[in-house]
Parts: sequence; structure tokens; C-alpha cells
Amino acid sequence: MSAAWIICKRELRSYFGSYVAYVLTGLFLLLTGGFFYSWLRYFILFGGYVLPSGLWQQVFLDMRYCTMIVLPLVTMRLFAEEKKLGTIELLWTYPLRDGEIVLGKFLGAWIFYLYMLVPTVVGPLVFYQFYAFDLSPFLCGYLGVLLLGTAFLACGMFVSSLTENQVVAAMGTYGIIITFWYLTWNEAVASMGVIEVLLKVSLFDRFLNFARGVIDTQDIIFFVLFIAFFVFLTLESLAARKWRGVGSAS
Amino acid sequence: MIEAEGLTKRFGTFTAIEGVTFHVEAGEIVGFLGPNGAGKSTTMRILGGVFPPTVGRASVAGHDVVRDSLRARRALGYFPERVSLYTDMTVSEFLEYSAAIKRVPPAQRARELGRVMERCGVQHMAHRLIGTLSKGYRQRVGIAQALLGQPPVLILDEPTAGLDPEQVSEVRQLIRELKGHSTVILSTHILPEVEATCDRVMIINKGRILAVDTPRRLSQRLQRLSEIHVEVRGADAAAARSALGLLAGVLSVEVLHNDRGNVTLRVHTEPDRDLRDRVAEAVMSRGWRLLELRPIQLSLEEIFLKLVHEERVSA
Repeated sequence: MSAAWIICKRELRSYFGSYVAYVLTGLFLLLTGGFFYSWLRYFILFGGYVLPSGLWQQVFLDMRYCTMIVLPLVTMRLFAEEKKLGTIELLWTYPLRDGEIVLGKFLGAWIFYLYMLVPTVVGPLVFYQFYAFDLSPFLCGYLGVLLLGTAFLACGMFVSSLTENQVVAAMGTYGIIITFWYLTWNEAVASMGVIEVLLKVSLFDRFLNFARGVIDTQDIIFFVLFIAFFVFLTLESLAARKWRGVGSAS
Repeated sequence: MIEAEGLTKRFGTFTAIEGVTFHVEAGEIVGFLGPNGAGKSTTMRILGGVFPPTVGRASVAGHDVVRDSLRARRALGYFPERVSLYTDMTVSEFLEYSAAIKRVPPAQRARELGRVMERCGVQHMAHRLIGTLSKGYRQRVGIAQALLGQPPVLILDEPTAGLDPEQVSEVRQLIRELKGHSTVILSTHILPEVEATCDRVMIINKGRILAVDTPRRLSQRLQRLSEIHVEVRGADAAAARSALGLLAGVLSVEVLHNDRGNVTLRVHTEPDRDLRDRVAEAVMSRGWRLLELRPIQLSLEEIFLKLVHEERVSA
């Protein structure tokens, strides 16, 4: 059994061992379920028969907010808690590579995210019993939610590795995510030329295609790079303990 | 088993340790003694692979702690200064987790857990949450996790800090029992601890090692003046004082007590001269009775203060 998996299991035990997991899952399901229900009623009342650009787009765009609100609260403890408790020092002295620690923790948070995400398909499944809709745009939207959420998790894990305060970790993650979002809100924020560049690196605009049921490899590559970038930053942040004090003031 | 050569660690402009060099033979128990902030934990963290030194090199069981860090860490059990454990796990869950990370084969895990829990006296706490344990028990769980997998080297950073006297003596007993099985390096700022448990002592202050030797030899080495403690019955204090003061090689005599014919004196002699037989002779020949006669050795505490003080003077 690989070391990353052992760490991952401990993370999961830690999530499910406290009521925080259930509060977060409850909040997530309440929000996603509420949005799904209200959009479903809206489109039934006003007759939106083109689901990909109608119901699904709205549902997934709202799901984006739900992940944005909840996931930083999932990742905030990953490293901050260990730093606060001091258990991180124990971890450093165990025969573990930094990569194994990061992979284990990331995997733990990701599996927890899956656990929150899976029950959200219940509503659409019930809906499917009454109206057999085309599944592919729906699945495409979920792929987008999964990628977007994983990106939030990577970002949150990095911020958590910078501090020993969980509140700071969550706030910092919100800060980064909201900055990415706000920058492309409208062209008044920046000139049109800049906006075009920003749109390319905006998580939310990259997500839009998925919500509409369109899979663009460029979008997938963007998310994979975004995730890899923050995982890399996390590794660097952990390695900082090694180069701090090396060669300085010699 | 443990080698450290010229270890220096700087944090920005602050130098935590400088030129720390020592080695520890297999099976030895070595005490790292120094006041708080002397650099004990920094040295131990370098050995434990928490961070590398700025300058210098160290190895544990023949593996360089920087270049071959994983193998070095596989050979050691580490007890961190701030005993920090996952408070949301039970004792056995936590030890199970540690054992898995330390690659104790699954088939042997249950037996190994039983062994370390018994050794540290926590078997009856196996199913308690670590967060609900007293400080003493947490400390024992911390030591238990270090013992998992029977690593050849143990690094214990202040294993008895914050324990009550009974627990302290239990932990010391535990450490003494490790003798011969493991190489142990432990740090403390409590002097009797070193005398009670260690084969050798390294005295560190302000990031530098001041002395490395057995507690006994250290006291001999630092004894500039030899002193003899004498207790005589049936003598007058002034007479005893002058009688002993006349002996060749005696520099001065001090009367410590004079209690109804029982006189206690301290005789300062020239270094490296054993005048005990002469003192005995002088007392007997005057018809006094000799109650006690022993050379005085500096306690570790005095040695320590002396060394730290000398450094302050020379600095």
C-alpha cells in the first residue's frame, strides 16, 4: 500500500470523524438541490425545451457558486491544521516524500468532493424518470464541475500550506478564486484587450463551455495546467522549509 | 551510528547552531544538554530530516540525512519537541497509521503495536482518543510511535518535558531499557536526567558544543582544584584546621560545620594529588576519630554552569 494512500485514508478519516464533513455536505446539497429545483420549475413553467442551453446551463452555472463557497472550507485544514497541531514535524521525520504527502492529502480532499458531488445527481435522475433527456450535455456539465472543483481544491491546498490558520487559509482561497472571477466580470474592470487575455485564464469563463454541453480540449488542458500549477506551488511551499536558511547570510 | 560534521544552521541572520560536530557509537545513549534555545532542537531536526543544515553534513546509520534522506529517516524513530499527535485519532489508530507509513509489514503490525504499547504502558489506553489523554500519556504515545518498527536510531527531543516526577522516572527507566537495542540521542535541559540515563553527555550553549564526554570524566576534567570532604569527631575546629593545613600539598582548609565536637572540613589540595591517606594519618595521629573522608566531585550542574560561565567570560 503506497504511502500516499495511507495519508489519504487518514485525511478521509479526519473528514468523516468530525461533524464538519456533514455540515459541509449538507450545505452543498442544500444549495445545489435548491438551485436545481428552482431552475427546473422555472423551465417547466416557461417551457424551455432546449435543455443544454437552458436548464443545464443555469444549473451548472449555479453549481459553480456552490463549489466556490464550500470547497475552500474543505481544503482549509489540509496543511494549516497539521501546522497548528505541530503534527507536520512528525510527518517530516517519517520516511515520506513531500510528493507522497501532497498527493495523499489532495486525493483525500478530492474523494471527499466526489462524496459531496454524487448525491447531487439524485434530482436529475428523478427528473430523467419523467423526461428521458439527452445525457451527454448533462455528463459534460458534470465533467466541468469536477474539473472546476478540482482546480479549487488545488488552489485551496496551496493556500493552506502557507499558513497555520485555517480561517486565513479559507479566506485566502476565496480571495484567489474571486479575483479570477471578478477580473472578467465586465470590461469596465480592464480594457478590452486585457479582458480577452483574462478570459482565457479565467476559471469561470473556461467553465462556461462545459455548462453549455461543449467539451473543448483547450478548456480541459487549461484546467489540468491550473491544477498542476497549484500542486507544484504546494510542493514548493513545503520545500521552503529546506531552502530557508540555506546559503543566506553566509 | 550518528555522525555530525560541522553542522551550521542559519535562519536569516540568526545562527541557531554553528560548527556542531559529534558522533555517537552504536548502542550508546547520549544526552544533549543545554539551556532552552541553545540549539538542541535545531540539531535534532537536522538529524531527523526536518530541514537540512546550512553548512555541514550529518548521517544516520550510514545514510546522509540530506542526500539519502528517505533511507536515513527509515532508520530512525523521532520524538518531536512539541509532542504533537493527531488528537482526533485513538491511540491504536494513530499507531497503526504510523506503522503503515514506517512500512511495518501488515502481518507483523498487530504484534508490533502490542509490543510498543506494552513497552510504553499505554495498552489500556489503546481505544481512547489521543485528544482526551493526559500529557503524560500523550508523551508515552509519542515515544511509542518512535519505537515502532524497531529503528536502530532514536532521537528524543525532551522526552520528559512537562511530566510529573513519577512519569519522569518511568520514562527514564524506559530509555535505560533501550540500552543495547538502540542508539539513542536525547535532549534535555534537566541535568539529573543526563546523569540518570546517559553514557555520554554533550553540552551545548548558544549553538556551540562546549564539551562531549562521560558525565564522570567531564567532572574530573573540569576540576581545577581537588577537594576533600573530611568529618572528624573529638577535635577542636581551629586545631583540626591548622593540623590539616600543615600537610604538604594542601592549599587551604575551610571549616563547614562545627557541631559539638563533630567538625566538618573541606580541604583544597593541589590538582592531581590524592592526599586522602595523608589526611587520614594526620587525623588519627592526633587521636581524633575519622567519621568521613571522600573526594568531592563536581556535579554535572556545577560543570554545566562552569562551562557556560567560562564561555561568557571568554566571549
